[in-house]
Amino acid sequence: MTPFSGGLKRGGDRLRIPPVALATGFAALVGAALILISGHDPLSAYAEIVRGSLTPQALPDTLNWATPLVGMTLAAAIPLRGGMVNLGGDGQLVIGGLIGALAPLFLPDHGAFGAAVGLAFAGLGGGLYAALAAWGEVRHGVPMLISSLLLSYPAMGVTSYLARFPLRDVSTGLPQTLMIPPDARLHVLSGALNVGSLLIAAVALAVVFVDRRTSTGYELRMRGKNPRFTGYGGVRLGRQAVRTMFASGAIAGLVGAIIVLGSQFRFIDGALITPAYTWSGLMAALLVSGEPVGAIVAAVFFAALQTGGFAMQRETSVPRVLTLVLQAIVILFLAMRRGLGRRM
Amino acid sequence: MIESLFTPFLFQSTAQAITPILFAALAGVLCGRVGVFNLALEGQMLVGAFAAIVGSYFGHSAFVGVAAAIAAAGVFSLILGYGATIFRGDPVVIGIGMNLLASGLTAYLLRVVFGVSGTFSDPNVVGLGRITIPALVGVPVLGWAFARQSALTLAVWALTALISVVLFLTPVGLRLRGVGEQPDAAGALGIDVVRYRIVTVLIAGALTGLAGAQLSLGAVSVFAEDMSAGRGWIAVVAVMLGRNNPLYAAAACVLFGFADAIGVNLQSHGLPNQLTDVAPYVATLLALVISHRRRIRASPPSRRSTAIAMEEIGRTLGSTNSQALDDRS
Repeated sequence: MTPFSGGLKRGGDRLRIPPVALATGFAALVGAALILISGHDPLSAYAEIVRGSLTPQALPDTLNWATPLVGMTLAAAIPLRGGMVNLGGDGQLVIGGLIGALAPLFLPDHGAFGAAVGLAFAGLGGGLYAALAAWGEVRHGVPMLISSLLLSYPAMGVTSYLARFPLRDVSTGLPQTLMIPPDARLHVLSGALNVGSLLIAAVALAVVFVDRRTSTGYELRMRGKNPRFTGYGGVRLGRQAVRTMFASGAIAGLVGAIIVLGSQFRFIDGALITPAYTWSGLMAALLVSGEPVGAIVAAVFFAALQTGGFAMQRETSVPRVLTLVLQAIVILFLAMRRGLGRRM
Repeated sequence: MIESLFTPFLFQSTAQAITPILFAALAGVLCGRVGVFNLALEGQMLVGAFAAIVGSYFGHSAFVGVAAAIAAAGVFSLILGYGATIFRGDPVVIGIGMNLLASGLTAYLLRVVFGVSGTFSDPNVVGLGRITIPALVGVPVLGWAFARQSALTLAVWALTALISVVLFLTPVGLRLRGVGEQPDAAGALGIDVVRYRIVTVLIAGALTGLAGAQLSLGAVSVFAEDMSAGRGWIAVVAVMLGRNNPLYAAAACVLFGFADAIGVNLQSHGLPNQLTDVAPYVATLLALVISHRRRIRASPPSRRSTAIAMEEIGRTLGSTNSQALDDRS
């Protein structure tokens, strides 16, 4: 049961409103109260959110934000589909980002090939790092939930150190690596959108395909419903765990490289973490327990919300962090949806 | 080098650093014992830290700040309390959602109430002063650690002892543990499982409020966005390492506190802080591997890896799978 499967139907003598609509409505109410506290008008703030995300002028911005967010959502959704949790997205993201920033510097005259190498190795690096957490659980019994999260801190620390000291671009005085050569950047499609968005779209299609049409996807879904059944059915659970986490981390690493190669053109310490793609992506994936299509829809919804938040802050000076609050409220409401309809 | 590492100052800063983590770990232990998996310690601590600053600023005293922190974190924890019991939500999702809500909400209120972003400090904020215990001054180790600390740093150890006693030596504690281990049996005996859980989560929330108050009012009176900075997660690990036992969890916290303080100390010896900051996380990971290793050695070698996988899956999934299983009923 996903939050999108409610539909408008008569359940006995009650009209069933889809849970997403209820959750969004509830979040909007709480958000309105918060906006009123800050002395602004909720309706104009919400109008700006919609105007800043869904109008034709704003759509490229939304899609631009959606690219990494959909990527990180898929990174979280893949293991969630099998009942596993990858909390180390931030670590895998920065590893991929740094690799993506360094590859073109080591292959200076190879243009797009340097970028391709960067993307490939970023995925490899992120995947291996995530697989490490899975291996920790399979071989040493350390729960993946915790080890993936704990591993992300050393990853962030080491990449931060590298960007600030040995690999730093000393000409700028900021904690960032050298700018990658112009011919290694991802080809621009229109405005801020680049080829990276197409890459993520391809990954999304691949994930949905694998989930729905392959035995790998089937086995993962079964593991999510009942791991013992899956194990008795012949699936090597340890191997499945490591491979699933590898895929998850690989996508996260890829996202990091796409951001670096497509938008920022260098690894800037903290720049991949601040927009909170990992946690928003995790939230979107948790909403639907890892179901890929629902996760993608949720991710685009959150991307629109956050893009609109920028416009809201620009036009009405309501702080844009409010959109994160709205997101969290939607999540919490939907997490409790089964109990909210009952008479207690 | 060892001489310059284990200074009295190291012990003092360790004891100070442990305080918020231990408060949060105690909260986690209580929730775990009563059967509610609490991953929201990070967010609860943050809410407490912000409320403490607000309370101290407007109430002109650290006491008001601490009271505000307890109240705010307590109310915030009701989301988990009610969400995981009456509303049958997945505690993992609720916990992570609460962390994100806390991060966004405190950042928003920081801008709305104080008009700043990033960090906030003000002379009007009254911090927790330090209490000097004359009897401990000069005493090696214990004295170095506790001779001059905030009231909360001293209180957390008293609470650790108190919670251990209540949990293991009183009827209330017995029932609490029963609710966690066999809720159906407890219910059959007439114990109101839901009420025990909600009240316990509320008390745990108060503890995380104290953790937050120590964070923002303890050493330097400042609030910074996301200032809990992963301590809540370290507390979760401490609870796990300590197997929901307050004393073992406290031992785990001491381990992390030392790793953290040694990391800070290494900074003064020239190592960059980006690398030394990861010391507690690395220490945690090693501790987890070692502690689980000892349990694994007990099972027969041929079935070791599958057995571990299935055991841990079952435990980690106990919460995430409840939705899938419930949907079929």
